[in-house]
Amino acid sequence: MTAPLAGITVVDFSQFLAGPYASLRLLDLGARVIKVENPAGGDLCRRHYVSDTRIKGDSTLFHAINRGKESISLDLKTPQGLDAARHLIGRADVVIQNFRPGVIDRLGLAYDDARALKPDVIYGSISGYGENDGWAAEPGQDLLAQARSGLMWLSGNASDGPVPMGLPIADISAGACLAQGLLAALFRHARTGQGSHVQTSLLEALIDMQFEFLSTWSTNGQTPPQRMEQGSAHGYLGAPYGVYACASGHLALAMTPMDRLGAALTLDLTGDPFKDRDALCQRIADRLRDKPAATWETDLGKLGIWCARVLTWDEMRSHGGDLVRQMLPPSAPIRMDGTRPAPAPIGPELDEHGDRLRAEFQL
Amino acid sequence: MTDTPALPLSGLRVLDFAQFLAGPVAALRLSDLGAEVIKVERPQGGDMCRSMVVNDQRMEGDSLVFHTFNRGKKSVAADLKQPADLDRVRALIASADVMIHNFRPGVMERIGLDYASVSALNPRLVYGSVSGYGATGPWRDKPGQDLLVQALSGIAWLNGNADDGPVPTGFAMLDVATAGHLVQGILACLVRRGISGTGGLVEVDLMSAALDMTFEQFTCFLNDGETPPRRHASGNANPYQPAPYGIYRTSDGWMALAMSPLAKLADLFGAPQIAAFPQDDAFTRLDEIKAVVAEVLKTRPAQHWLDILEPAGIWCAPVLDWPAFTKTDGFAALDPLQTIRTPSGAEARTTRCPIRIDGQTLRNPAAAPTLGADTDAILTA
Repeated sequence: MTAPLAGITVVDFSQFLAGPYASLRLLDLGARVIKVENPAGGDLCRRHYVSDTRIKGDSTLFHAINRGKESISLDLKTPQGLDAARHLIGRADVVIQNFRPGVIDRLGLAYDDARALKPDVIYGSISGYGENDGWAAEPGQDLLAQARSGLMWLSGNASDGPVPMGLPIADISAGACLAQGLLAALFRHARTGQGSHVQTSLLEALIDMQFEFLSTWSTNGQTPPQRMEQGSAHGYLGAPYGVYACASGHLALAMTPMDRLGAALTLDLTGDPFKDRDALCQRIADRLRDKPAATWETDLGKLGIWCARVLTWDEMRSHGGDLVRQMLPPSAPIRMDGTRPAPAPIGPELDEHGDRLRAEFQL
Repeated sequence: MTDTPALPLSGLRVLDFAQFLAGPVAALRLSDLGAEVIKVERPQGGDMCRSMVVNDQRMEGDSLVFHTFNRGKKSVAADLKQPADLDRVRALIASADVMIHNFRPGVMERIGLDYASVSALNPRLVYGSVSGYGATGPWRDKPGQDLLVQALSGIAWLNGNADDGPVPTGFAMLDVATAGHLVQGILACLVRRGISGTGGLVEVDLMSAALDMTFEQFTCFLNDGETPPRRHASGNANPYQPAPYGIYRTSDGWMALAMSPLAKLADLFGAPQIAAFPQDDAFTRLDEIKAVVAEVLKTRPAQHWLDILEPAGIWCAPVLDWPAFTKTDGFAALDPLQTIRTPSGAEARTTRCPIRIDGQTLRNPAAAPTLGADTDAILTA
């Protein structure tokens, strides 16, 4: 199988997570990714240690996001560095950047500058909140974008404060949106020879993530979603949707007709799944406490009730079979022609490919 | 209007056999990028999502959520168990560039519309398949539903605080993420088709999307002696971030604080008790440090702190809910909503595509089709 993006060169000026995540997706689909980094330490993510774990001196996070890429260090504040960057752009199919709005213009590497170097360049930009007004000047950081987007009031229970998502959802979803736009632009380029500027932001991606119920809310006379008192998993879905503590472990129950669930649990569950949500869920919770979650999962699963035990990572790996093993260490979440792209295990050292790239591109 | 360049996918025909969320949302993204999307639905009731009414909201008989996922598409009603209908659908597939389905593993093989069969019919076809857990393995027959995959994938142990039970994310994050992966794979195959002339098979699943979504933290786990993630005692926003990362209550609301040097915070707050913790302890003593920061922040309103921290370059933000968020200039600047209309004039508001191309937002005011609205126009005998 030829990898779908074989032959495509991506020059990636971005740092941290959202931009590098987009180029990682293109890499898994077969593109060559050249990371341009500043000589003084490179991508800030190299030293962004989460949980104090590192591989070869760089943070594990850096390696997870930059596996398989090539690195060249260029000082964009010197004429030589800038000239080399321009040269690379002239040979790139795709350019990615996630500087704060204005920075790339001052460097002279904005879309219009890039287009002067390569008229059909496909150029991707990620910002925190758009480029012009509103919060454009604020730091485009995941937690802060989550805080502003309303998303923190969708998880957790009614009496909780805001509950952020404990993973970088803004960065990852914005990177995914950019990858989609760049791919659509590559397709158009193949047909028409046209270049494009593809833009998205953390905030647009978070609005898209919440679109199902943000649409509901913005059409419904503005009744905000209500978290349940206990085991809440969704602001707008009726009982029994949620998570329940069992004799041991927890069980998640998805949408299930109440008469079928009532029969399975030998419970009277008459009532309105929306209006009587908390009372119905309480009755279910009281019954589910009688047995371990694993027993319920088996018994209810046989009856076609949509349920799953809440697992830890360790348990998931033990029970999840080949699919989960293929995905560990985290690799491409996609299979092409039946094969999952093979992940390169780690990211490059700073300027690891500098000499070779300087020779190849005559920088 | 005449100089507006054609949308990237204009002229492409996508058949959407999928129901509910991940598949239809992938097709929606392709539609926003310019493709013609035709839903192929069973004549009795169509996509089950048409009747999945949440919050009691409908639009012309179908659930509002259905319109949210299927705006701008066409609909063809066909019974894949009837040979005559199946023939017509095969003819339609021969005319298509992309097809998407999310039937359970094995169903399309029984119908005869699996990738091997349809690629014989149309070698240029790009075939996208969505499942919960892949086509093999112990979970292949489990329902591929967002909450259940969150439960199985450990995600519910990343949200909430140390003393909480599992805290799932309160929206369909994995469906949306899976849709994104499918779009990426399909578009990459279309790029390849431009060179090779042949289509391809793209398979995605909610479980792989869950692992991808946690790839940062999972990588830490795998390289950290497999210690399970420990959520912070309070204001947890990422088990793997040091103090002060998280959410704090102020005297009038909540605020978020991202990575910030402790000494600088101590200085800005006039709180030497924070400076008593060396920066190197930001991981090992994070709960203690966060408790001290929380004591300081709860004494004054959020805006008071934001006014001190933001000019000093500390990464912080107010925590907004939807009513507050949608009234901000930041929301207005993005202009992220659009109004959709049915042919008879019913209206609803929804979000637009989060991608901008050449400075233009991508919008489409059409609502979702009624079941079978385009059958006669598209399916010819």
